[in-house]
Amino acid sequence: MGVAREGTVDGTRASRAERFRQLARAQLPRLHSIARRLVGEDAEDAVQDCLLKAFQRFDQLHEQAAGPAWLTSILINCCRDRGRVKARRPDEIDFDEVEQFSLYRKIAYEDPFPYSDSLHLDFLDEFGPEDVRAVLMRLPELYRVPLVLVYMDGFLAREVADMLDVPLGTVLARLHRGRKLFEKHMWGYAEETGLLREDPR
Amino acid sequence: MISCSEAMKRLWEYLDATVDPAAREAIEEHLARCRRCCGELEFAEELRRFLARSSHHDIPDDVLRRLNQTLEELGP
Repeated sequence: MGVAREGTVDGTRASRAERFRQLARAQLPRLHSIARRLVGEDAEDAVQDCLLKAFQRFDQLHEQAAGPAWLTSILINCCRDRGRVKARRPDEIDFDEVEQFSLYRKIAYEDPFPYSDSLHLDFLDEFGPEDVRAVLMRLPELYRVPLVLVYMDGFLAREVADMLDVPLGTVLARLHRGRKLFEKHMWGYAEETGLLREDPR
Repeated sequence: MISCSEAMKRLWEYLDATVDPAAREAIEEHLARCRRCCGELEFAEELRRFLARSSHHDIPDDVLRRLNQTLEELGP
């Protein structure tokens, strides 16, 4: 009886680990990609943290279909722990100025590519994936997280509210500020890194 | 009619369909008469597509190998 119970326990534990591996393996590229945009070079460590914590709490996951969102919410917390010291604090930002900023108008006014007939699209085309990551890293984590999850990873604002355990209105407000900040930092980054220099034709 | 700055403030929410019906109607009424804000709307749509396109789920082989190793070492 004792042996049988032990065997069952071992069998259950093995099955639990294998089920977790199955879920996590399929999510590794996505988790790493999100972590890259949230904590940059610390992404691998953040995903490692996430895997260890998620395995400890795997019994809390009752629906397999909720696995990707569940892993993402754990990853966000791990990224927060690692990224907290790196991001600018929201209270250092002049939101009145940010609110007035329009990237669309800025591009039209500054006209960085005078010979272009698709100025705004050409501006976006200058940004590669690494540039986008660099711009995202300039945003405070508070705004970067919902922006990445909603506009890059396709989660609904409501799902992000559940992940972050905040009201939907809070996520929508952070998304608004995050978008405005992202636009402003895109312009600043493009100026600083020379993306706006038109190549000689 | 709402002002340009009021319309712009809610443009992305409009695209995300997270505005209430009254605000939606007010924004659409504004867009029907304001060419500059239509340009802002088109650019906001383009920027959304740009962000979605920038979401590559690539992972370096060595990182993937190490993460898989972590998974293998979990539990019995």
